[in-house]
Amino acid sequence: MSEELHDVRLMVNGATHELRVPARRLLSDALRHDLRLTGTHVGCEHGVCGACTVLVDGAPMRSCLMFAVSAEGAEVTTVEGLANPDGSLGPVQQAFAECHGLQCGFCTPGFLTTITAGLRENPTPTHEEAREMVAGNLCRCTGYQNIVKAVERAAELGS
Amino acid sequence: MTTKLMGQAVQRVEDQRFLRGLGRYVDDVAVEQDVLHAAVLRSPHAHARILDIDVSEVLDVEGVHAVYTYDDLASCTPQMAEPLPLLIPHPSLTHGRTQHALAKDEVNYVGEAIAFVVADDRYVAEDAVGRIRVDYELLPPVVGVEAARAAAVLVHDDVPGNVAARMEQSVGDAPAAIAAAPHRLALDLTVERSACMPMEGRGTVARWDPDLNRLQVWTSTQSSTGVRAAVAVKMGLDLGQVDVITPDVGGGFGVKINHPWPEELLVPMAARALGRTVKFTEDRREHFISSAHERGQVQHIEVGFDDDGRLHGLDVEFWHDHGAFIPYGLIVPIITSTQLLGPYKPQSYRVRFESLYTNTVMVTPYRGAGRPQGCYAMERTMDAIADYLGKDRAEVRAVNFIQPDEFPFDQGLVFQDGRELEYDSGDYPAMLEKTKALVGWDEFPAFRAEMAAEGRQVGIGLACYVEGTGVGPYEGAHVHIETNGKVKVATGLTTQGQGHATVFAQLVADELGCSFEDVEVVTGDTRRMPYAVGTFASRAAVMSGSAIHLAAKRAKEKVLRIAAEALEADEKDLQIVDGVVSVKGSPGTSIDLGTVSVLSNPLRYAFDEKSKAATQFSIGDPGKPPVAEDDEPGLEGKDFYSPERATFASGMHAVIVETDPETAEITILKYAVVHDCGHLINPMIVEGQIHGGVAQGVGGALYERMAYDESGQLLNASFMDFLMPYVTEVPDGIDIDHLETPSPLNPLGIKGAGEAGVIPSAAVFAAAVEDAERGRLPDFTIRAMPISPSELFHLRESQGQEQTS
Repeated sequence: MSEELHDVRLMVNGATHELRVPARRLLSDALRHDLRLTGTHVGCEHGVCGACTVLVDGAPMRSCLMFAVSAEGAEVTTVEGLANPDGSLGPVQQAFAECHGLQCGFCTPGFLTTITAGLRENPTPTHEEAREMVAGNLCRCTGYQNIVKAVERAAELGS
Repeated sequence: MTTKLMGQAVQRVEDQRFLRGLGRYVDDVAVEQDVLHAAVLRSPHAHARILDIDVSEVLDVEGVHAVYTYDDLASCTPQMAEPLPLLIPHPSLTHGRTQHALAKDEVNYVGEAIAFVVADDRYVAEDAVGRIRVDYELLPPVVGVEAARAAAVLVHDDVPGNVAARMEQSVGDAPAAIAAAPHRLALDLTVERSACMPMEGRGTVARWDPDLNRLQVWTSTQSSTGVRAAVAVKMGLDLGQVDVITPDVGGGFGVKINHPWPEELLVPMAARALGRTVKFTEDRREHFISSAHERGQVQHIEVGFDDDGRLHGLDVEFWHDHGAFIPYGLIVPIITSTQLLGPYKPQSYRVRFESLYTNTVMVTPYRGAGRPQGCYAMERTMDAIADYLGKDRAEVRAVNFIQPDEFPFDQGLVFQDGRELEYDSGDYPAMLEKTKALVGWDEFPAFRAEMAAEGRQVGIGLACYVEGTGVGPYEGAHVHIETNGKVKVATGLTTQGQGHATVFAQLVADELGCSFEDVEVVTGDTRRMPYAVGTFASRAAVMSGSAIHLAAKRAKEKVLRIAAEALEADEKDLQIVDGVVSVKGSPGTSIDLGTVSVLSNPLRYAFDEKSKAATQFSIGDPGKPPVAEDDEPGLEGKDFYSPERATFASGMHAVIVETDPETAEITILKYAVVHDCGHLINPMIVEGQIHGGVAQGVGGALYERMAYDESGQLLNASFMDFLMPYVTEVPDGIDIDHLETPSPLNPLGIKGAGEAGVIPSAAVFAAAVEDAERGRLPDFTIRAMPISPSELFHLRESQGQEQTS
C-alpha cells in the first residue's frame, strides 16, 4: 500500500517550493533530502541537541520534531539563508569565524540560527544572557568557550 | 620577507564553507541523486542464540529493494561471511574475537547487526525492519567487570574466563621494592564507561560504477586508507578498484578509527548487487548501541614510598571491560598501562591487566584512549600518598618528576606502537610552577578559609599527565604547484574538525613562500594520497604536518632549480615571497610560481598563452632530452614522515570546585590548564582543542556514564538521558598557559594536542571534590568516577556514617 502524499508549500530562505510528501516526513528530511538544503544537520532526532534548528516565522524550531506538512505556508530560514544579500557572511557567521566558534561544523548551523533569533530578541545580551542564549544546543568539539564569545561578538557586529 | 604563519592565530579557511551551510558531510553526499537508503535490524538482547530469521514479509513492503541476513553474505564473497578483521593483533591477545557483518547464530550485545534492509527511503527501510521476525533463545548476559571476572557465564563459549588477553610489563622488582619501602598504600579504583558521541554519527555511501568497474565509497571515518583496504579484501576487489573519500566529518574523537563497521561493508555490497547508490546514516540510538564506548576499568594499586613521598615501587593491576568483541586489539589497556606513569619516575614498576569480554557494546579508543584511566590511577595514588604523609600534593608530585636534564628518558616499557616508551622532551618542574601560579595554589588556603566563613566549602585538585602523540608508522604528503600558481596539497589522514585545511596551509605557505590563500588542502581521499594511516593518537599535526613540510621543501627545491635556470641566477641568491621567485636585492628579476610550473612540464600542445611558453619550440636545450634523466615533469613534491617513536606532550590541570553542603551540587569555580605541545602551529586552534577536551572531561568526570542494567540493556541511549555537557555545565572561562619544549624528533618541533584536554579530568575532579568534602568529613575519599551530585550525596551519607560510628 503506498503512502498517502500531501501537497505542501514551503517558503525557505525567500524561495517558494511545492512538495508532495507523506504526512510523516520530517521538516529536517524535507529540507535536506527534498530541497537539498543540506546545511541543516540532524544530530539526535529527538530535539535535544539543536543541530537541526531552523527559524520558522522567525522563531527557532527543531526541524527534527516538526513535520514538513506542519510548515505549510510558514517562512523558514535555514543556515543557507543567513548570509548577507551580497553573499558576505552575516554578523553571527562572521563572529563565529573570528572567534573560532566552530570545529567540525556539524552543530554550527543550529547555533547560528538560534543566536540569530536570540539577538533579534535581545540585541545587547549580558555575558550571562549570552550563555543562556546557547544553553539549549549541544556541541561536542568547542567546549562552548568560543561560542559564547561569538554571541558577544555578533552583538557587537550588530546582527 | 613575509611573516611566518607558524605560530599565528590564522582564521580557519574551512569555516567559510561550514558557516554557509556548505559543508559536505557523508549524509549530504549524493543528495541530488536517486539514492537508496539502508536500515539495520539490531539485536534487542544482550546474549541470545538466533534460532530463526523470517524476512518473508519484508519484500512485500512497497519500496523495499533488498534484505540481507548472515546467510546472504557469502553470495557476495566467501570472505564477506567471515568475521570482521582483528585490526591490531598482539601476541598477548590470545583470544581475539570479532563480530560478523551480520550476526551468525548468536548475538552478543544489544545493538548487534542482524539484518540489513535497503529501500527507497529510510522511513520505508525502518518499516521493513519492523516486519522481520527473529526467534531467539535467550542466554544469560555478562555485564560489568565483576561478572566478567567471575566467569560464571561465558560471553563466547570458546573463551575461558572471558579473558581475551593477559599482559604484564615490569621494570625492576616492584613487589620487592614496595615490601622494602618505608611506607605502603593500596587503592581500589573504578572508572565508568563513557563514549565519544560526535554530533554526527557513522555513515557510509557507496556507488558501484559498472562503466569503470570501480567502487566509490564515502564514509565518516578516521582512516580512509584502512576502510579502502578492508572493503577491497571483503568485496574481492583489487585495491585499485576502490576509492574511499572521507568528506567533512562531524566529529570523531576516536570512535571512527575503528573499521570496517558492518555497514561499511554492507553498503558497498548492496550498491554493487543492486546497481544503485546506497546510503546508510546512523541515528543517535544506533550510535549509542552499535558503535563503540570506552573508559570502563577496575584498578588495584599498591605503592611503596619514602618520607618525602618518593616512589620506590608501583604495582598496578587492572581489569579492562572491552565489550563483546575486540577488533581494535589491546591499544586502550596498553596505553593505560604505560601512560599511567605520567611525568614520574616510579623507580620500579609492574603492571598487569586482563582485557575482558562482556555482553555490551565494544570498546575502542575515545579521546585520551586509556590515558584518562591511567592518569586517574596515578594521580589518585599521588593524592593518597600526600594525604598519608600530611604533605602538600604538589610537593609529592614534584619529588617524583623526571627532571629536564634527564631527557630523553626511557621508562623501560614498550608503548602502544611497539616502540620504547622514551620521552623526548619536557619540563615538568617549570610546568608545575606555572600551574600553581595560574590556579592560585599557594593562595588557596586563604580562599578556602574565606569561603568557609561564608558557610561555603571549596576544594582544589591537581593532575599531571604525559601523552605519547604522533605515533607512526608514517604519513605522507603531496604538494602540486599548478600553472596558475595555486598550490594543491594532499595528505591521506582524515579531518574531523581540527582545522587541517588551515594549519597545513600555514606550513606550506611558510616553506614554499606562496600566499596562504593559494593553498588548498585535501585530506582523507585515497585518490589523492593512497598511502596513509589515519587520524588518532593526536598525530595529525606531527605526522602529516611534518610530511607536508617535507613535501613542500621538495617542491621548493625544484622551484629554485628551475627558477635559477630561467633567471640565470644562483639558487642560493633566490627568494620566494608571495608566490614570486626573485633574486635577492634585485626584485625586478623574478618569475612567479605558476610560470615555473609551466616550465617544469614540457608540452607538445598549447592550450593558452601560458602553455604556449612550455612547448618544445619555446624552451629547453635541443641537445638534451626535454625531461632530464633524473627528473620528472611537473612541479610537485612528495615525501613521507616516519619517526622512530612517538613524541611526548605533557600538561597539568588544576580545578577549584565548590560543593553544596545540602544538595551536593558541584560547581566549577576555576579551571586552569598548562599545556606543552612543543611549538604551536596555530595557538587559536590548539586552545580550541583544549577547550573541547576540558568540556568532554567535565562530562566524563561529573555526568556521563553508560547505564547498563543487569540484562545488558543500555538504559540511557539518548541525549535526553546520557548527560553531555551544555554550556551550563562547563566552566565559564578556562585559564590556559603554554610551555614550549620542542620535540627533537620532527622538523617542526611539534607535539600532538588533540587529546590532551580530556586526560586528567577524572583525576583532577576526584581530587578537588574530595578536598572540598574534607572540610566536613576529614577522611572522605573518592575511589569511583564519574561522580554526580546524587552519588556525592550518597557517598557523604555512607562515609559520614563510617566516620561517626
